[in-house]
Amino acid sequence: MLTLLDLLHGPLKPEILLVVSAMFLLMYGVFHHDPRGGNVSWLSVGVLALVAFLIAYRAWNHPGAFDSSFEGAWVNDGFARFMKMLVLIGAAGALLLSFAYFRDVGGMRFEYPILVLLSTAGMFMMISAGDLIALYLGLEMQSLALYVLAAIRRNDVRSSEAGLKYFVLGALSSGMLLYGASLLYGFTGSTHFRDIAQAAHGMAGNVPNVGFLFGLVFLLAGLAFKISAVPFHMWVPDVYQGAPTPVTAFFAAAPKIAAFALLIRVLETSVPGISSQWQQIIVFMSIASMILGSVAAIGQHNIKRLMAYSSIGHGGFALVGLAAGTEDGVQGVLVYLAIYLAMTLGTFACILAMRRKGQYVEEIHQLAGLSRTNLPLASLLAALMFSLAGIPPLAGFWAKFFVIIPAIRTGQTGMYILAVIAVLASVVGAYYYLRIIKIMFFDEPAEAFQPMPRPVRFVLGLAAAFVILFSLYPAPLLDAAARAAHSLF
Amino acid sequence: MTLALSELFFWLFSLILIASAVMVIWAKNPVHSVLFLILAFFNAAGLFVLAGAEFLAMLLIIVYVGAVAVLFLFVVMMLDVDFAELKAGFMKNAPLGLLVGVILVAELIGFVSSWVITPGMVSRIASPSPVTGGAVNNTQALGAVLYTKYVYFFEASGIILLIAMIGAIVLTLRHKPGVRRQDIGAQVARTPATAVEMVKVKSGESSVPAAKEKV
Repeated sequence: MLTLLDLLHGPLKPEILLVVSAMFLLMYGVFHHDPRGGNVSWLSVGVLALVAFLIAYRAWNHPGAFDSSFEGAWVNDGFARFMKMLVLIGAAGALLLSFAYFRDVGGMRFEYPILVLLSTAGMFMMISAGDLIALYLGLEMQSLALYVLAAIRRNDVRSSEAGLKYFVLGALSSGMLLYGASLLYGFTGSTHFRDIAQAAHGMAGNVPNVGFLFGLVFLLAGLAFKISAVPFHMWVPDVYQGAPTPVTAFFAAAPKIAAFALLIRVLETSVPGISSQWQQIIVFMSIASMILGSVAAIGQHNIKRLMAYSSIGHGGFALVGLAAGTEDGVQGVLVYLAIYLAMTLGTFACILAMRRKGQYVEEIHQLAGLSRTNLPLASLLAALMFSLAGIPPLAGFWAKFFVIIPAIRTGQTGMYILAVIAVLASVVGAYYYLRIIKIMFFDEPAEAFQPMPRPVRFVLGLAAAFVILFSLYPAPLLDAAARAAHSLF
Repeated sequence: MTLALSELFFWLFSLILIASAVMVIWAKNPVHSVLFLILAFFNAAGLFVLAGAEFLAMLLIIVYVGAVAVLFLFVVMMLDVDFAELKAGFMKNAPLGLLVGVILVAELIGFVSSWVITPGMVSRIASPSPVTGGAVNNTQALGAVLYTKYVYFFEASGIILLIAMIGAIVLTLRHKPGVRRQDIGAQVARTPATAVEMVKVKSGESSVPAAKEKV
């Protein structure tokens, strides 16, 4: 019999701390009349740091620890700890970016950081899911909080539109996911990933029956919505553009990583035996996302919209590693996601630095001549753009390197083609990243931006330092990713 | 005899269920649609009772009929939606919709015809209530696992509902100035000295006191 005390001593500590402190902060916000949410925001960042400390402590003391609870519905292996750290960094970074923004444009509510905390709890549940029910509940917990976050500037038409679009399409994708999950349950008799893997393995001649595959396809379609892979990407540009910029930063960073974690876990623990069946789906989504991400971003004027397409494209690149289906491939995906996280937070910090007279601007041409008005910002943004484009020796190059190499090592012709397409797509994509650099350095200067607020400067500094210095000392991240990937196989 | 009777009820419930489901999308008047939806819920509940899942049946009636459908009814009656206008594009999009429908049906036929039940599946199918003892009905059985085996999912659902509640408040609550709210503290703190004013009125004169606003 589990009691509350057992839970507090058990491996579930980080999750419980997260949820309980979210509720505590909610009470604090309601009864202390803190409508601007200053204290709640800072306390939330503190909570995230504390949770990160708990996870790191566990990983430090027992490097290979495999915790599991609730009959395997919750698993915490090296993979889960790695992904949770990334999600925590994403959430904390997005919160730090939001302080000055909401102070300038107004509309800050103390519920904002609390919703971030609760959606982080949902992401934790997704990352640790060992069961279809946990998968679904985690996904809903995360998404429901995100829908509200997208619409949190409720007097702003675009923000409301973003929230509504995200909600309707998210509900549709949840429906598809549930349909797939029910088929998987119907054909295997269990909601548990491990049992599903066994049942899939036991099917005649290792070729699962049509119903099982049908369910798997629907499940993957639902997950593809969440990682915004083509052809389930339609919501991304509108939502990214409409949502308040710090919320967009959060969308691009944390939920995407959690959804990738879920996708990897579903594929590698519940259907590893039939990888030839799902590989084609992943390869298709990967190619389509890379091409669309590179081509559609060319005509964009709004930098948030551009980042939306960039995020779709990067999702496609990360899928290359997953398509390889090997341990190296998964390691590559994890490295990719970590580097992508840093690049995204850094870029959004730069976008949040684009303000004149307290007004935030989002058009690319407003960056014109930034090198002459604010050289440090221009050079950091240039470094981030070079990194996003994948120019060595910046981190973005290594990210692409570590997903493409495993694909080539599989030795399959299809994987060679995939790798070639990936390289070509990154060449096409380089155009619009380089265009931003050209506008910053060679166009006639526009009016200078206001100085950056301190938390934004902090996030930008950390992210840019990571991106620039990664190639000097890549070992810690590579080792951590290798250990995390190993715990899945 | 009982078998035949339950079979009869199965067909009855199923037929009415399907017919009312069709009427939900067929009915011209949206209020009628919602009423047919309620009928569909009742018949689905009947099917659940036949399957031995009386708890689900009650849940369906209490939650869906009692809360969700009534909410639908309110919304449909309060919103002035011009359904004729909504349906105007129907014929234009009908061919495309029909095509998608035909493809889906063809796929479903292919899928059902190749339906193979995994060996070992039968042994895994859960019975409506645990076999042990036999005296446990399925409401008790659900209660026994809901807070033990499935407590993780139960608590997670609770958090999801909390998020929904926070979301609804964040997106819709507006503190309008000038709205008179009940302040119980102020009401209780009233004393005769602050609430009552004695006015001497001479007989035959107006009794309107000097305008004093005291709330």
